[in-house]
Amino acid sequence: MSSSNWTTDFLSQLADVGIAVEQIPLPAISLWQIASPQWQQFAELAMLADLRWASGWAEHHDERLFINACFEKYGVYVLLRAIVNTAKPELPSQATVYPAANRSERHSQDMYGVNFLGHPDNRRWTRHKAWAKNHYPLRKDFPVAGMPETITPPDMDYPFVKAYGAGVYEIPVGPVHAGIIEPGHFRFQAVGELILNLEERLAYVHKGIEKIAEGRNPESLARLAGRISGDTTVGHTWAACRAMEQAAGVEIPARAALLRGILAERERVANHLGDMGAICNDVAFVFAQMQFTRLREDWLRTNAAVFGHRLLMDKIIPGGVACDLTDESAALITQGISQLRKELSEIMPAVDLNSSLEDRLYTAGYLAPDIAKAFGTLGYVGRASGQDFDVRRDAPYAPYDQANFKVALEDQGDIASRFWVRYKEINAALKLIGHFISQLTAGDILAEWQTPLPGSESLGIVEGWRGEIMAYVRFADDNKIARFYPRDPSILNWPALEKLTLNNIVPDFPVCNKSLNGSYSGNDL
Amino acid sequence: MNWLIAILQTTLFVVLAPLLAGWLKWCKCHLQNRKAPSLLQPYRDLIKLTKKQPVVSEQASWLFIKAPYIIFSATVLAATVVPLIAVDLPTSASADVIVMVGFFAFARFFLALAGLDVGTAFGGMGSSREMTISSLAEPAMLMAVFTLTMTASTTNLSGAIAHVLHEGLVLRPSFVFALFALILVAIAETGRVPVDNPATHLELTMIHEAMILEFSGRHLALIEWASQLKLMLYGVLIANIFFPWGIAESFGASALGYGLLAILGKLMLLAVFLAIAETLVAKMRLFRVQEYLSFAYLLGLLGMLSHIILEASR
Repeated sequence: MSSSNWTTDFLSQLADVGIAVEQIPLPAISLWQIASPQWQQFAELAMLADLRWASGWAEHHDERLFINACFEKYGVYVLLRAIVNTAKPELPSQATVYPAANRSERHSQDMYGVNFLGHPDNRRWTRHKAWAKNHYPLRKDFPVAGMPETITPPDMDYPFVKAYGAGVYEIPVGPVHAGIIEPGHFRFQAVGELILNLEERLAYVHKGIEKIAEGRNPESLARLAGRISGDTTVGHTWAACRAMEQAAGVEIPARAALLRGILAERERVANHLGDMGAICNDVAFVFAQMQFTRLREDWLRTNAAVFGHRLLMDKIIPGGVACDLTDESAALITQGISQLRKELSEIMPAVDLNSSLEDRLYTAGYLAPDIAKAFGTLGYVGRASGQDFDVRRDAPYAPYDQANFKVALEDQGDIASRFWVRYKEINAALKLIGHFISQLTAGDILAEWQTPLPGSESLGIVEGWRGEIMAYVRFADDNKIARFYPRDPSILNWPALEKLTLNNIVPDFPVCNKSLNGSYSGNDL
Repeated sequence: MNWLIAILQTTLFVVLAPLLAGWLKWCKCHLQNRKAPSLLQPYRDLIKLTKKQPVVSEQASWLFIKAPYIIFSATVLAATVVPLIAVDLPTSASADVIVMVGFFAFARFFLALAGLDVGTAFGGMGSSREMTISSLAEPAMLMAVFTLTMTASTTNLSGAIAHVLHEGLVLRPSFVFALFALILVAIAETGRVPVDNPATHLELTMIHEAMILEFSGRHLALIEWASQLKLMLYGVLIANIFFPWGIAESFGASALGYGLLAILGKLMLLAVFLAIAETLVAKMRLFRVQEYLSFAYLLGLLGMLSHIILEASR
């Protein structure tokens, strides 16, 4: 089947079983609206047709709630929508078919009060104790400041999954950890050192990103998107800007697209270097960690020298970029790349040949390809388990549509695979940066902004360093944002951690976790 | 006079232990291309900790508060048994190597109990791991020690060292086996890479550190100091039993001074080797530790066999 005509076939399959689809073309994506009782039936057919469930969120309009889900196949995305009444907001769950939809539906349940019928696990997720029982923070009548009590009550009664039996014990870890990492709670059931079950409890860093996005202008939303997850500031800003630009019909200049590509690839390299070092540190191979940390630091200093910010925050703005590249800066970047290549060629053999490291990383934290697929696992986690998907190649956008590069792929599914996928991605990214610099021609870096029509909506999809990032944007009147939902790849990768730690031993959990390195902030929003 | 020197020697042990830890850290930092903290940093840390008020959980029993003192005293008593700068001291004559192992076991018993006492998941996990490892390490340690004592026909450390010293440089296969067995045991018992990582912040991977997570202030200082002392004890054991040359046999000032310089040199060198080894390898998977310690036991056993077969008939 060629890449684009699966929608035609699938629509005819839907028609055969009596699912009426109202097709509404949006900029850059097609919106399919169906009746809410058929929500689950659609998912069943989608599963049969091998569609990937990519994202799910809701939206409040007066007396109605829009329930959205996004599916993908062969790089073609479809936005699915059903509408329910706020009086009785219920529809059959898709999580019964797609485990990936589980937490997103629970998020909509907590934030909007949507009742997903037949949901396999409808415990609260984003909701801790900050809101009263019948308050739904993302509904329009809930104030932005919230209605907090003076002291938030302790969250003691969350019904964790229990394991019983002789010798089974429970280890609660977090939400406050010893290192400089974000808060999240992990509940282990173990026999001796063997992990029987791991349950994640996140949303400790819920910041109300979705709520405080409402009413912002495009510049302000771009800045907010850059703060969803600090390590993915370029990725999220780009996704949000892409969504807004598509909705407003703004075409960014070619030079701006190339610069965005350079920024995104630089972010990818910096984070992969940091992660590779951190994986080594978690098995006490400190030498390699120090080397990778040093390389990352040099890389970030070049960022600061060339772009004026180590993490490249706020360099992407609606309509283009806020930084240009002089010839001297380009030379500095090229020099940094060859320096990094040279250093890596010395360090990687030392890492590769270390048998004690090999003993820790190979076969540990195995994520089977079918589980990776079922959970829609993205980025290096998916690609280390044979999930051959990369937005830059499969749904290319400027500047990647003009570039040739190889998507890193491994199929062992263990920590070592996730380590080496990162290394391959660094190499690909270095080539891409060189290519983008060579393509640079003089020109504008910022297009003029056009106020979009009220109600314009679009979906911005880019490949961040953790994988596919999706940002949904709808405008209200006067250039204001009505709804913003950013879907960080971590939302789909976190559940994979619960699976890949099974049958590992407790002291191997930290390195398993680091090999996945989900963002807490990006997940919790 | 002899008792005075014995007290002086034990004091030296206690005072120099943080310096060895500082030197080890200094070597490791340089091998990892890092700027090293001052050699005196462990002393500063201990002083800082003693000045802080210890925070004790409401659930803690008397055992939790007493444990640091018991652990520290037991380790200091173990130090009295080991000849540092001179042999034939009255303290080392009154107790032998099995007493020393006993002191270690005593300290460990209380540390493991203290880890369990407050009822946190990490403390219990650390205690369980520590006991698993020590049940494997102690037989290996004794096996290595017995090989030595069979050669010297005494379990008294001072006597064994004097025996090696008087025999001169003889290459004994049994000693080579015992040396390697003791090095492996020492690494496991002092919680170094690749068995444990003393510098980690990852609670789930900890062994020794997991047991002491709940300790703070002067309690923590005492336990840290005891660990540093234990590291030095093992270092001195290895250095003085296998390479005793330089140790004072008389109690003259120059002999003692020479003995001090010799042991400092030997320890510095040992720490460099340890730092290199720790830099070269990653920490092993927890379930590999049993293979590692079985190997140490096997080496000890081979040492003893080779002593019986090759050396004892002579």
